[in-house]
Amino acid sequence: MKQVVVKTSTYSSDEFGVCSALYELGGMVVMHDASGCNSTYTTHDEPRWYDMDSMIYISAISEMEAIMGDDEKLITDILETAEELKPKFIAIVGAPIPYMTGTDFQAIANIVEEKAGLFCFGFQTNGMEYYTKGISMALRELTDRFCIESVPKPSDRMRVNILGATPLDFSVNGTVDAIESWLSKKGFEPGCCFAMGSSLDEIFLASSAHVNLVISYGGLEAAKLLEERFGIPYVVGVPYGQVFSNLLGNTIYQASMMNRHQIAYAAKMEYGSESKKQVAIIGESVLCASLASAIEMEHPELNCKVLCPLDTESLLLRPGDQRTPEEDDIASALKKADFVIADPLYQTLCPEKEFISLPHTAFSGRIFEKEIPILIGDLSALKL
Amino acid sequence: MLSSINAPENTGAEQVYIKDASFPAPFHAGLEYSSPARGTWNIVHTGMLIPESHQIFVCAYGCLRGVVLTAAEMNALDRYSSISISEKQVLDGGMEQLMIDGVKDIIEKLSYRPRAILLFISCQHFFLAYDQQYVFDTVSDMFPDIRFIDCYMIPTLRKSGITPDQKMRIQMHMAWKKPEVKNKNQINLIGSNLPLYAHAELIGWLKENGITLRQIHDCKDYDDYLSMAASSFNIYYEPLVHMAAEDLKKRLDTDSCYLTFSFRKEELLEDYKRLAATLNLEEPNFTAEIEEMESAIEIAKEKIGDTEIVIDYSFTFRPLSFARMLLEHGFHVTEIYADAFAADDKEDFEYLKEHFPDLLIRPTNRPGMRFVHETADQKVLAIGQKAAYFRGTDYFVNVAESGGYFGFNGISEIMRLMTEAYNEKKDRKEIIQKKGFGCESCI
Repeated sequence: MKQVVVKTSTYSSDEFGVCSALYELGGMVVMHDASGCNSTYTTHDEPRWYDMDSMIYISAISEMEAIMGDDEKLITDILETAEELKPKFIAIVGAPIPYMTGTDFQAIANIVEEKAGLFCFGFQTNGMEYYTKGISMALRELTDRFCIESVPKPSDRMRVNILGATPLDFSVNGTVDAIESWLSKKGFEPGCCFAMGSSLDEIFLASSAHVNLVISYGGLEAAKLLEERFGIPYVVGVPYGQVFSNLLGNTIYQASMMNRHQIAYAAKMEYGSESKKQVAIIGESVLCASLASAIEMEHPELNCKVLCPLDTESLLLRPGDQRTPEEDDIASALKKADFVIADPLYQTLCPEKEFISLPHTAFSGRIFEKEIPILIGDLSALKL
Repeated sequence: MLSSINAPENTGAEQVYIKDASFPAPFHAGLEYSSPARGTWNIVHTGMLIPESHQIFVCAYGCLRGVVLTAAEMNALDRYSSISISEKQVLDGGMEQLMIDGVKDIIEKLSYRPRAILLFISCQHFFLAYDQQYVFDTVSDMFPDIRFIDCYMIPTLRKSGITPDQKMRIQMHMAWKKPEVKNKNQINLIGSNLPLYAHAELIGWLKENGITLRQIHDCKDYDDYLSMAASSFNIYYEPLVHMAAEDLKKRLDTDSCYLTFSFRKEELLEDYKRLAATLNLEEPNFTAEIEEMESAIEIAKEKIGDTEIVIDYSFTFRPLSFARMLLEHGFHVTEIYADAFAADDKEDFEYLKEHFPDLLIRPTNRPGMRFVHETADQKVLAIGQKAAYFRGTDYFVNVAESGGYFGFNGISEIMRLMTEAYNEKKDRKEIIQKKGFGCESCI
């Protein structure tokens, strides 16, 4: 049944996607929520919370403030804290109750921006959408407000930005560092990363890149804006495995030369072959489609099908891949699989199937965080 | 990879000496921070105490996220399901049908038949004017063998009305029915997340008088849990449980006695005297237990000496009572981390204000606390996870919600834990991030 989850987990939500995307940039992010959002996000969805300071707060809205629409208190509290802590920007993030009462976050952001003299974002999130949408909103707004001027490009090497990096999809296990190292090895100069490991000042220089590498759905809108505003083409794909990462590297060169965006895994080698072992991969579209292509290139005996429960665009999936927004959809699709690659909390849906564990923070939170493998340039940790 | 952003010059980390503090809320309310210390329980942990029950939460993804992973981390995902609210229910209605169909779908897919279902609604329901009676009547008619208990995840009421924790304490007893006959030799300890310390003098004293003290934690199955309704009397020691006790008086006509979770001999003796009178028992003689407690305090003081001690509210419902007891016995208590105090602590607040005016009160949730994680130059003993986190000490007593250490023997055990914590370092980062102190945890 739609909207029912009987046995598995629930993906992280839009407001947490915003927080995760903006975490490292020195801003102050305020979720307009009564209580649970703060501890939920910082406990389960934010592996940086213990070791890395970031100004993520809740407004602690009460029932009366919600009913009476007391926006003035929110504004006053934000201004008071901003005065104390001097953030680089402010982001106000919606949650279910403000959505119910029709809070206009953009209007509040405008007032705060004027009074505080700081950039202020208002995100009309509502807790009823997935984190992917929140990341997308945050990175797009970040680009829109901070990447205004055209910055000269380096002439010696091709500079490549990374777009769509958050711990929700990439953990803090070194995967993003590995992507940067891979870019260097391929002869590129890593530019800024939206938004892990880069400062806001580095993000300002995003237009100096020749190509943007989109490593999750959350980075796509920002990439489109950078293409529109500065003519920077983007390439979609995560450099998993040796063969696929080589292809991705070539695609980046091609995109730059042709000045046209590309999806590195768009051309599926072969699919639907009954003679091959059928592999189901569950999760985020760009990560899973990249992984599926990487596996098929190195293991021609396998045919992979991505099951994507999250927001995406149809172009970010390969032919034969499937949107599976409901638990029932996934359970049904898994019947045809010989084995499954997914977060361990999905195993209850297919206890009889061969299962390869690939923990995903946005699904199981911190439970399996020590078991998340780095697959950049090398699939061996997957133990296929 | 991880590198911290620069802490602002003015962290806004407020603090106030108790002589200048106001009661019960010493700090201004505004934006709130949440530290990584996670030992306190939430409504999922509490609900799981009901044997053979299954939880269904009906709310937005953002709200579901915290509860599903609470269940998963305590290895109880098989006792949890959810129904997510979408914009469709908000804009077009249909909440009732979604819940009815969803509950039916879940029950039919479960690999076991729960005896009770805790059906949690959220803040959003209060704004949708949905017909709760209709939903519960319908699902109860569909599944007459299952008891549906209405439960609430309503953090908007955290600061007014009945808080979610208070409400949960009421609802966790809602399946109890008024018995035809009450068992005079059985009384309950109600409303506590953690069981009473096994060596508490209260248990022994009641046993000597032929009375069994029942607790939900000891129930082996749902029927056993239901049989607690036949108890002739309820005891409780958490302020959050007042309303639950009143509800049980109203519905089951069961009287109750509140024992304040004090750390002072005089207050404990007064409460025991009152309980004995209520139960028509002879006043207990706890001379031996008191002597043992005094001895345990003396031993702990000897070992710990003048080492700085900091305390936080997550350790006990009565941090000021605890601080007072330690200070009266010569311990060097310097700081208390608390955002507000319970009414029971008022007398201790006034006492400390007068006798220990330089005791520092520090908040846990004010925004500037984000940047407070000190590194102690000298050994600091923390009592509670939040105090350990903020003071950056690995010498800490890892107990939340009082740990069930009630009474004289409970204090003796706390003294032993303090001595142990003083002597042995703990893995602070690993320990304090686990949710629900005392619960199973897979992290």
